Amino acid sequence: MTVLDTPAWRPRTEAGPLLPDQEPFRLLGTPEAARLAPDLLTRLYAQLVRGRRFNRQATALTKQGRLAVYPSSTGQEACEVAAALALGPRDWLFPSYRDTLAVVARGVDPVEALTLLRGDWHTGYDPRAARVAPLSTPLSTQLPHAVGLAHAARLSGDDVAALAMVGDGGTSEGDFHEALNFAAVWKAPVVFLVQNNGFAISVPLAKQSAAPTFAHKAVGYGMPGRLVDGNDAAAVHQVLTEAVDRARAGQGPTLVEAVTYRIDAHTNADDATRYRDQDEVATWRAHDPITLLEGELTGRGLLDDALRQRAAEDAEALAADLRTRMHDDPPLDPADLFAHVYAEPTPQLREQAAMLGAELEAEQRS
Amino acid sequence: MAQALNQALRDALAADPSVHVMGEDVGTLGGVFRITDGLARDFGDDRCTDTPLAEAGILGAAVGMAMYGLRPVVEMQFDAFAYPSFEQLVSHVARMRNRTRGALPLPITVRIPYGGGIGGVEHHSDSSEAYYLHTPGLHVVTPATVEDAYGLLRAAIASDDPVVFLEPKRLYWSKADWSPQAPAEVPPIGRAVVRRAGRGATLITYGPSLPVCLEAAEAAKEEGWDLGVVDLRSLVPFDEETVAEVVRGTGRAVVVHESSGFGGAGAEIAARITERCFHHLQAPVLRVAGFDIPYPPPMLERHHLPGVDRILDAVGRLQWEEG
Repeated sequence: MTVLDTPAWRPRTEAGPLLPDQEPFRLLGTPEAARLAPDLLTRLYAQLVRGRRFNRQATALTKQGRLAVYPSSTGQEACEVAAALALGPRDWLFPSYRDTLAVVARGVDPVEALTLLRGDWHTGYDPRAARVAPLSTPLSTQLPHAVGLAHAARLSGDDVAALAMVGDGGTSEGDFHEALNFAAVWKAPVVFLVQNNGFAISVPLAKQSAAPTFAHKAVGYGMPGRLVDGNDAAAVHQVLTEAVDRARAGQGPTLVEAVTYRIDAHTNADDATRYRDQDEVATWRAHDPITLLEGELTGRGLLDDALRQRAAEDAEALAADLRTRMHDDPPLDPADLFAHVYAEPTPQLREQAAMLGAELEAEQRS
Repeated sequence: MAQALNQALRDALAADPSVHVMGEDVGTLGGVFRITDGLARDFGDDRCTDTPLAEAGILGAAVGMAMYGLRPVVEMQFDAFAYPSFEQLVSHVARMRNRTRGALPLPITVRIPYGGGIGGVEHHSDSSEAYYLHTPGLHVVTPATVEDAYGLLRAAIASDDPVVFLEPKRLYWSKADWSPQAPAEVPPIGRAVVRRAGRGATLITYGPSLPVCLEAAEAAKEEGWDLGVVDLRSLVPFDEETVAEVVRGTGRAVVVHESSGFGGAGAEIAARITERCFHHLQAPVLRVAGFDIPYPPPMLERHHLPGVDRILDAVGRLQWEEG
């Protein structure tokens, strides 16, 4: 036996098959797109239109003071929608703070999905019922959760996969590394989706990572990396579906990089003109996910006025519902402050709850 | 104590299939302190898992496992090695119940061997309790006796809330007449215990400082001082009632812990005693704590750790007047 035969020297996986494609995978506008089911394309389309309208309405709600803040995903709707549609009913989604749209597309009530950003509570939905983890504000810290949940599901013999979403900035965080490493070592049924939208607030890609692509990072962990056009809803859906299937089949995790662009600023509070070139924004506007899909639908004769109108009406109804329900002040119960800290409040919390109760009574009397 | 902790893990794994032990070296090696000895062999790698060496990953994965209904028991190998997982602990573990309005409680136990006195080199002897007890949503528990090591760990694992379980590593080898077949009933988490009754003054302590305080109380008899000793056992929840009752009886109190005094647990306890017992106090509440320095190298640690003499000096400063 030589040292080259010892485990420390032997490669643990074949690197070759893990390497990502040279260019982002595309479907729309290619001959392969002809094989896509019409039903899938029309569903993606309806969700994209809804998503675009949702982003616009939510941004408007910040101007009316009805949302504390909104990080828009305009331009990235294809990633959001494909994420939701690639999952089965028992799968889990682990969103970042920009992924409200994926949460809504997954079926969570829009007002409940906006609770965090409205500021009436941190998470408005029941994560277990929705199979959607709370929107994570700290970067990448939800990725190890996705790994742990997927691992637990597999230990329980359940056919459940987890999809975790993160931005390009989040890939610089330690938790990103630890999550990918755990997932690969455990062969956990989890898919990581990096939405590379070009900026971490104002810091551009070139200052974020020296890797050829984020998909390349997968190779070092021993999982395949896939590179996909994040504005091509059909391509993202296909790549994510393959990755989820792969996870379910016990073949371990996949890292998917979706190359997209943040058309709006980081949030409504940000001024993106300070750090990026407007020509670049225009280039990406021309590569709009809705336009791309409309082109395909038109080419296949699937985009008639009826479909267009149905999608638009559905989106308007969503926006109108949001306007109406977000216009009401949310019901707030100050007692909630103490209700969910521990299963049983500590003596100190009971005292503080009583103090607040007395303050509220005094307020009402005056 | 190490054996009692091992038995607690063993019994918890046997009693509840959702309990999972995980951490660096907890499997084949049985942990660097052998607390998980034999668990992987007897319960399988899936129930007692050697993880990659990454504390944030370990605790973060445990969060996801708990979200799916498991009860992870995480081992952080040494106090200072737990710091990479601090963000997971304070940003997610401590608040998941709260942020989801009770929908996602996280029954995670984080076992951290802590404190000095074993001649460890740098980063192996920190007392980090103040960081944890300042974070709402966490229980912070530390056993000082063999019975408590077993009972509190079983209670921590059974708790539906996250528990930071601080194991005083210099007490790992402490012995007691303790039977794994018939472990004694211990009071639940959140209850302090009077380890020694005394009418002159009260020493309030926890974890590794309990044996030191008991020794000091014994030595104080030579001075004619009758000292009582209260073992907090749990810093969160804090048993204010027991502490206040005992201090009202003696009118004098010294809080003893080995972690740095400034902004430490003793400051909180002293403040609460003052607020609740002011008119019963014969003297200010004093603290005997480690110095406000980074944990010293092992050849100097005996100067840092509060010993019997330093405790007795403080008791002397209570302006002792018998009766």
